[in-house]
Amino acid sequence: MYQYDKYDQGMVDARVEEFRDQVRRRIAGDINDDQFKPLRLKNGLYLQLHAYMLRVAIPYGTFNSVQMRKLADIARKYDRGYGHFTTRQNIQYNWIKLEEAPDILAELATVEMHAIQTSGESIRNISADQYAGAAADEICDPRPWAELIRQATTFHPEFSYLPRKFKIAVISAPEDRAALRWHDCALRIVRNGKGEEGFEVYAGGGMGRTPFIAYKIRDFLPAQQIFSYLQAILRVWNLHARRDNIHKQRMKILVHELGEEEFRRQVEEEFQTFLALATDFPQAEYDRIAAYFTPPPFETGLGDEIDRSDPDFALWVDRQVVAHKVPGYAIANISLKPIGGIPGDISAEQMDIVADLAERYSFDEIRATHAQNLVLPHVRKADLYAVWQALDAAGLASVNLDLVTDIIACPGLDYCSLANARSIPLAQKISERFANMERQLDIGELKIKISGCINACGHHHAGQIGILGVDRKGTENYQLLLGGSGAEDTSQAKITGPGFDEAGIVDAVERTVERYRELREPGERFLDTYRRVGLDPFKEAIYG
Amino acid sequence: MADFRYRDDQPHEEPAVTLDAFLEQPDATAVRLEAGEDARRLIPFLDRLQLIEISFPRFRDGRGFSSARILREAGYKGELRAEGDVLIDLLFFMRRCGFDSFVSQHSLNPADVEAALNRYSHVYQNATDEAVPIWKLRHG
Repeated sequence: MYQYDKYDQGMVDARVEEFRDQVRRRIAGDINDDQFKPLRLKNGLYLQLHAYMLRVAIPYGTFNSVQMRKLADIARKYDRGYGHFTTRQNIQYNWIKLEEAPDILAELATVEMHAIQTSGESIRNISADQYAGAAADEICDPRPWAELIRQATTFHPEFSYLPRKFKIAVISAPEDRAALRWHDCALRIVRNGKGEEGFEVYAGGGMGRTPFIAYKIRDFLPAQQIFSYLQAILRVWNLHARRDNIHKQRMKILVHELGEEEFRRQVEEEFQTFLALATDFPQAEYDRIAAYFTPPPFETGLGDEIDRSDPDFALWVDRQVVAHKVPGYAIANISLKPIGGIPGDISAEQMDIVADLAERYSFDEIRATHAQNLVLPHVRKADLYAVWQALDAAGLASVNLDLVTDIIACPGLDYCSLANARSIPLAQKISERFANMERQLDIGELKIKISGCINACGHHHAGQIGILGVDRKGTENYQLLLGGSGAEDTSQAKITGPGFDEAGIVDAVERTVERYRELREPGERFLDTYRRVGLDPFKEAIYG
Repeated sequence: MADFRYRDDQPHEEPAVTLDAFLEQPDATAVRLEAGEDARRLIPFLDRLQLIEISFPRFRDGRGFSSARILREAGYKGELRAEGDVLIDLLFFMRRCGFDSFVSQHSLNPADVEAALNRYSHVYQNATDEAVPIWKLRHG
């Protein structure tokens, strides 16, 4: 994986000192809270209901054991002994003190980590396929481009006070594991007829209160021109977005108002301006970055046999282990969704164990997924049993990848100052309702996504079953949505009808699942059945 | 007069007129752009303009960064001034986008300004300033 040189290190070190100075000026009263807010947000520091929350960047979801151990140390030293993985492959801490935040950033900088642009109206941390460099279906590793874009968009002088946040995702496989088209700008690496690498570019996606699925703005962009093209998109948006209503300033709104064709025309025009400025990074810099992502020294001649004599292990293998591009190796998914647990939460002790396993069994690589789980990307099949035993002993061997209990949930009203309703207790209750393993396996793939408010951090628009918490006359109320997808068959979920209280929504989910079991044809996932029969049969089951 | 000015020539004293007034007054040499006004409308007149003032009505409104770059990239050599809700932490980005003078509605401490402008010894990308991007330093 990528390693900082003196320049990268200098940037994060300077950032720590800058933030220390900003905190000093805030505490001294030189700047007011309104002025300080965007500064702290650009360093990932939110003021939540009970404390400050710090969001740490995990660029394109890739990190190593040293970094994971540092995250564990920070959890112990500055928080309450745990952290929370987010839907954008980052980690957040919920109980941070403002005066300690600069020290945490300084600790992160010692392991080549930071919280730069993890919030605020800036170009956010780049997300990517969590199986990058390991997936059997990818055409190349997308991370060198993600790293190049990370550098190009860090402290970008023209685009650091954008109308709103701007999220970029990069993948290179036909299967979309990164919720690509739900991003403001989405890039899929493809090859053209001449075998040259380029990007399929999508623009204008996003969730929030006005969801849009990104449209394809370019079929093929020569890879070397990506920075020019991104700047063109950003400039069109920066100049023309509304600035009078924060809820209408995301790029998706501008794309919608201008229309796809006009937005494309303006971007292409601005693209010519940027090409002439020659700001794109040269091939030599791409090559330098790509060298850090050369495949690890995989052994050859390994067998593909897995000893399945332990039935619990076999169950885990069947669900959590995915094909690797190299014979004899596998991708192991670590669930952070134990029955009744808090989705995405992990204790410092568990972090240390994952770090140990990555170091010993996965060429020192860990991945965070947008579904709030972790991945050991490069495990020898012969080592899977040892890995599973260690995970099992640490409470990390839940079997539920993409099943009904693999729930995405935002922090909700337990932590978040924006939330209208709690998400975590609801996720816990649904998880407990469907705890039975046989039942989960019978139901099959079913992605439930819960947001505690219309900002949609829990991706409810992309949920096969989505749940949106709202405030109805002072009480928490939950709306049920069906039919969304964050995969390559992207779709937006539809609201079924009137909302429910907390007990009612769990029952409604169960009735939805049972109706699916009645209606499904052999081989159909929940989403397939829903798409075939539509909303009405489900409404009938839910509302009677 | 600018609070902070990073030019060697004499300050330009003519008051800046609005964009509409400028377009009707071909002999004016100083113009003020409000946020949201199209900087490209000034491109035919850049040779004789000596001062362009770009308004930042709220520090969160970053349109002026793009306007500044557009003007510099079109070859504007005169004074480019940021005016309004100009905060210390914007200055570094403003300099990189081509601003070379500042009038802030706040009282900015010169020592803090100096520190903010010199905080980062390197930059990752080209803009309209002279800074050499890190990728270029890496490859000589």
